[in-house]
Amino acid sequence: MLQNSKPERIYLGGEAEVRIYSDFVEKIRKKKNYRVSDLDKILRESRTRTEARIISAARRNGVPTPIIFDVQGEKIVMERIKGEPLREIMNTELSRKLGELVAKLHEARIIHGDITPMNLIYSKGMIFFIDFGLSFYDERIESKGVDLHIYFESLKAYFDNWEELKEAFISGYKSYEKGGEVLKRAEEIDARGRYVERRMRD
Amino acid sequence: MISLGIEGTAWSLSIGVVDEKEVLLVENDPYIPKEGGIHPREAAQHHSERIGKLVKSVFSKIEPDKIDVISFSQGPGMGPCLRIVATAARVLSLKLEKPLIGVNHCLAHLEVGRWKTGAKNPVTLYVSGGNSQVIARRGKRYRVFGETLDIGIGNALDKLARHMGLKHPGGPKIEKLARNGKRYYELPYVVKGMDFSFSGMVTAAQKLFDNGISKEDVAFSFQETAFAMLAEVSERAMAYLDRDELLLVGGVGANSRLKEMLEVMCKDRKARFYSPPTELMGDNGAMIAYLSLLMFKHGYVTELKDSTVKPDFRIEEVDVSWE
Ligand SMILES: Nc1ncnc2c1ncn2[C@@H]1O[C@H](COP(=O)(O)OP(=O)(O)OP(=O)(O)O)[C@@H](O)[C@H]1O
Ligand SMILES: [Mg+2]
Repeated sequence: MLQNSKPERIYLGGEAEVRIYSDFVEKIRKKKNYRVSDLDKILRESRTRTEARIISAARRNGVPTPIIFDVQGEKIVMERIKGEPLREIMNTELSRKLGELVAKLHEARIIHGDITPMNLIYSKGMIFFIDFGLSFYDERIESKGVDLHIYFESLKAYFDNWEELKEAFISGYKSYEKGGEVLKRAEEIDARGRYVERRMRD
Repeated sequence: MISLGIEGTAWSLSIGVVDEKEVLLVENDPYIPKEGGIHPREAAQHHSERIGKLVKSVFSKIEPDKIDVISFSQGPGMGPCLRIVATAARVLSLKLEKPLIGVNHCLAHLEVGRWKTGAKNPVTLYVSGGNSQVIARRGKRYRVFGETLDIGIGNALDKLARHMGLKHPGGPKIEKLARNGKRYYELPYVVKGMDFSFSGMVTAAQKLFDNGISKEDVAFSFQETAFAMLAEVSERAMAYLDRDELLLVGGVGANSRLKEMLEVMCKDRKARFYSPPTELMGDNGAMIAYLSLLMFKHGYVTELKDSTVKPDFRIEEVDVSWE
């Protein structure tokens, strides 16, 4: 690989520096100076490990993800997905398709942890999941419900037509056997965190 | 133009008076629970006993005739407390024949922060007892991009403090103890996208204490973990939204370790960090007064029939027509 070429673009995300080269991407979890070094080390190591592992597992389960080329310490080198962030081209058909893919992830016990239109790229007619930094394995309905809750919240935050995008997603997600149960839980989570309850409970 | 604002969503009872340039005065008479956490009815009882005196004291410093707008926190908050404050505001508005404005408490924190720091279009981290949210504006609405899935960071700190035998409010005591902490103990770090959760962490930290770990180390480990979570979600929101300003508001924003962490995070990504002066961080009447002034200038007033309290008033419900 062209180790000494220059990146086309560098993205400073919530937890990593992502260097985008013409054919590959380096995701480097650099030290965060704001947090204590013990915690910093725990987070960088464990997230890099799970991310590499789950990206491959997701693909084996029929969900498009970049191919991992290499993992070195806190750095993952992966295929560059050339396409558009879903956020720029979002529509009901894509949201429905996404519902089907999330159903596949959840069937395989994979919780993505950060399903937002920024962590999805549309390329060659497929939706690729790119950021598994917060992902983990879990069978519980609760975790799957939170996963959907995060996506629904991000729709509200980014799109005026979030209601129809949500409905479209739901119709796709229903392909999952336990879909109905998870969707019900997602609605409960929506209502649960509300202010008053929270304050009164204390 | 001069506005008077009454705040009393929870423990704080406060009246502030502001004009377009500055805060003219703030008078506080907070409710402090004798033991345990905040009891909504006790807090409301306190507010109703003290509000009259507080109003008198304010009017001994400023002529009632000079006031142009009367405002109050309409929510979110504890129903019984909100009703006391709303009633007082209605009475004042009728008596002085001045327009009434009910404002969203969270939006007041945010707007007074922008006013006092000059932040233009920031991602805002709002951290208080019951609330912990990452907020940013999109068009004519503020949107909550991330928030706690269970309890607010302030309540989490208070719970841990109570468990270690410290009196309310526990936040400042935890901060002090944490300064002398030496060893970091791992606690559940729960971030889900831009959402997060504290309750599992509280339980785990209480266990550490029960197992004989020093208060200092427990406090230190707790702060480092919880605040790192808040810094991470703030940074994620800034990256997603491509913003280079972060504004910190709310009572827990007075914590100097939290401020320091956010400052470092911003510096490392070449963003600017803002936080208003400490006296405007926690719940206060001046922020209510300021927001109502802004709203009044943009044509908002609250008719009496629309002035009922809204205990679960979301910041997202407010149409924002100002810059
Ligand atoms: N394999 C890839 N191919 C093309 N672009 C990518 C790839 N991986 C990441 N990117 C780009 O980099 C950005 C950040 O990547 P990613 O979400 O993995 O980083 P992050 O630091 O975990 O972000 P955050 O924590 O803020 O979600 C993505 O939004 C995308 O634009
Ligand atoms: Mg990402």
